Amino acid sequence: MKDRADLVIIGGGVIGLSLAYHLAKMGFSDIVILEQGYLCFGASGRNGGGVRQQWSTEDHIELSRQSVAMFRNLSRETGYNIWFRQGGYLFLARNAEMAAQLEQNVKLQNRVGIPTRLLSPAEAQGLVPGLNTQGVEVCSYNGSDGVLFPWPAVWGMAEMAKQLGVEINTFTRVTDIDIKGRTIAKVLTDRGAVATQRVVNAAGGWSWQIARMAGCELPNKPYRHEILVSEPLRPFLHPMVSDLSDGTYFSQTMRGEICGGISDPEEGSSMSTSSSFRFLNRMCQSMIHLLPTLAGVKILRQWAGYYDVTPDGNPILGKVNEVDGFIQLNGFGGHGFMLAPIVGKLAAEWVLRKSEHPIFSKYNLNRFKSGEVKKESLVIG
Amino acid sequence: MAKTIICRCEDVSLEDLIEGFRAGFHDLESLKRYTGFSTGFCQGKSCTAHAARFLSALRGGDDVVADPPRTRPLLHPTSAASFAGQITPGSDRKPT
Repeated sequence: MKDRADLVIIGGGVIGLSLAYHLAKMGFSDIVILEQGYLCFGASGRNGGGVRQQWSTEDHIELSRQSVAMFRNLSRETGYNIWFRQGGYLFLARNAEMAAQLEQNVKLQNRVGIPTRLLSPAEAQGLVPGLNTQGVEVCSYNGSDGVLFPWPAVWGMAEMAKQLGVEINTFTRVTDIDIKGRTIAKVLTDRGAVATQRVVNAAGGWSWQIARMAGCELPNKPYRHEILVSEPLRPFLHPMVSDLSDGTYFSQTMRGEICGGISDPEEGSSMSTSSSFRFLNRMCQSMIHLLPTLAGVKILRQWAGYYDVTPDGNPILGKVNEVDGFIQLNGFGGHGFMLAPIVGKLAAEWVLRKSEHPIFSKYNLNRFKSGEVKKESLVIG
Repeated sequence: MAKTIICRCEDVSLEDLIEGFRAGFHDLESLKRYTGFSTGFCQGKSCTAHAARFLSALRGGDDVVADPPRTRPLLHPTSAASFAGQITPGSDRKPT
């Protein structure tokens, strides 16, 4: 492991890797990535691979629009097939309030250039034969949303970054950050120290712990999010189906499996990734209710990862007041994967001062003092 | 040419493991994800030990791979309906 670097990225997940890859492409490659486990150990390897552009804030819609364009090229670019399939996302609204929200979102999405449409329950059944639309008021659908296989996307970005000179250290746990005054001196790990003046905190569910090592408090809290996968089936389900009333979502992967999860209002913040029977029970009930043909499908596995959740559902990006050169790229709350390509690119430009994209001031940690950001209301799961 | 199968559910061969190792996947968790062994119907019950043994050999033999991937539910593939409280336990079982 190198003992000195221009930039240290804590977290070898998709956010940190995307940043490293884009920096290296721009000619800045004296970077050390520190990952506590294997690549895909954290949420980047545990998510359902959903990539959508249906959001309630203009920033999220625009960022995800650019990310989708980048995901479309990622397989060719990296040589790792990420199995990106644009089968769309279908959201179901069951009451007047949710219906009104979808209508408002669709207008906003259309303005940003996303061709989302409102569908009647009957039209939704045309898209998903057998869908139970009892009690559904209205649906929204955008055909250019989709699902991908997260693992090769992670490996592809890692491989490209490595080829361009980035050093990726797996199974390397950060134990402390050494600060002198307002300046970072080095990052300590269980495999030795790396001297640096700039550190990116891209540690997802562990971000709050990393920030504390630098003497900085983040409002992020990790929440366990559980998910399951079925046996592989012949392709029959085009879009990701998501019910806004209970936060259920499921899609069919390119391997044919049904993969999905559900929100749980009783889940408190924790550092647990254990599996619960409660999830299995609630998820199976909900998906069978939505698509009764799934009753006989066999479930193979359930697992869990962290949502790194901020108070307003938006990420924390950019500098902090307490320490110079301590950069946050965290708090993505379950949708970091889908935003990673564009966030990594914009962050690379920002680090190199090639451009000053407004997201790095708007989504700065300081916003929780001034309270100026619109809450993202369309967070699922 | 004879082919050594490591994972029968996902049809992963010894050659696949070697290719994965050469591609840089040197721990069991990563090799599992790259080759797909242990991700099928038996969820690793019949293949993980074989894969660990061959990975130890690929890493030079003196480095025993002892940490299996985390064991997760389900023990056995089971219908969604049985977890949704829609049928009584056991009634979806077919004689084997």
